[in-house]
Amino acid sequence: MLTKRIIPCLDIKDGRTVKGINFENIRDAGDPVELGALYAAQGADELVFLDITATNERRKTLAELVIDIARHINIPFTVGGGISSVADVSVLLQSGADKISVNTSAFKNPELIDQLSREFGSQCIVLAIDTRYEDGDWYVYLNGGRVKTTVKAFDWAKEAVDRGAGEILLTSMNNDGTKKGFALDITAQLAQNLNVPVIASGGAGTMEHFQEVFDTAQADAALAASIFHYKEIEIPALKTFLYNNGVNIRF
Amino acid sequence: MKTVIVKYNAGNIRSLQFALERLGVNGIVTDDHEEIRTADKVIFPGVGEASTAMNYLKERNLDKVIADLKQPVLGICLGMQLLCKYSEENDTPCIGVFDTEVKRFQSPVENLLKIPQIGWNNIAGLHSVLFEHVPENSYMYFVHSYYAALCSDTVAITNYVINYSAALQKDNFYAVQFHPEKSAEDGARIIQNFLNI
Repeated sequence: MLTKRIIPCLDIKDGRTVKGINFENIRDAGDPVELGALYAAQGADELVFLDITATNERRKTLAELVIDIARHINIPFTVGGGISSVADVSVLLQSGADKISVNTSAFKNPELIDQLSREFGSQCIVLAIDTRYEDGDWYVYLNGGRVKTTVKAFDWAKEAVDRGAGEILLTSMNNDGTKKGFALDITAQLAQNLNVPVIASGGAGTMEHFQEVFDTAQADAALAASIFHYKEIEIPALKTFLYNNGVNIRF
Repeated sequence: MKTVIVKYNAGNIRSLQFALERLGVNGIVTDDHEEIRTADKVIFPGVGEASTAMNYLKERNLDKVIADLKQPVLGICLGMQLLCKYSEENDTPCIGVFDTEVKRFQSPVENLLKIPQIGWNNIAGLHSVLFEHVPENSYMYFVHSYYAALCSDTVAITNYVINYSAALQKDNFYAVQFHPEKSAEDGARIIQNFLNI
């Protein structure tokens, strides 16, 4: 049976991981390759690398980093952050990325999703959506959550899937950082109505939160960052917990 | 030992090259007929659309070169599908090493099936040298919308709504639907087993 996926997310700036990561058993916690390899060895099912570098050098640095990751890590990984053209994607996939994620650029130019899926196949195009619940519905936010739109998250997700997005990475801004659990309602709405996998993100604080996003919301995968980086939850223990509670998990 | 990766228009092969590199093997990427014919091992990878890939192979006569190979050949993902006789994907006649057809996953009426299948699924009924020291029900990474139907060449089975061929083997031809290069330690073991043949 196809398993639910656990996905650690690593933020990258100038080729280094950011956020105060504290692992005593690796030499350089700022090295994305070493940290990614550690997560892979612990049983992570995939990795997401989100580049937040803002400089002009970012493209070159990122491509070099992707080559380094692909050389050393034997599980699939997605690269996202500031990707806005077919050329950007081509370089990253040729460097060894399995998938790329697009967010603001795709919202501003939805035709980009059609182009990317035609050129590279839907299976490697992940649409990332940042969403916030307000005034009775979930709305799309852009630019890392700084810019509000009047478009509903479900409507945008559906359009993106019709255009060829192969997966949706849904982050609830209301839940992100709260450690009070994932946004089950909007995750469920997408996961149960779209025929592509939905990755839930934002809000994980306990192992039970993962179980409920898989069981109740029927998410296909769950992504988290700081709880893994700060070792509040370790992946082997999380997978054992989920397995013991009847969630289909890879060991 | 000379290991060749067939170069054509279907997907990036960087990950596969790196997976070989981790096993200490240099994979030569080429579409040169002579290079392919004289290799000790041939890997035929691929991610993409069947008819476009078959047209490309035919224009360069690579379909015939591959079909006539006598050394061990490993098809991966689309490479496996193209080694079957026919694919429903844009009604495409394929190379025809394996006597089976490639079909699209169909969502059952009563529940929504996610297509493509993306993620880790288990492989069972393992009976091939490819799976030496690979435990029954090991998890492999799959990304695909089409599958090879079960047949007498099936040497591993996976279930996604239905049972289908996770791996095929006939004479010197081996093929896997999943991505061993992305399937952690067990995937690396399968590549190593192929290289050991």
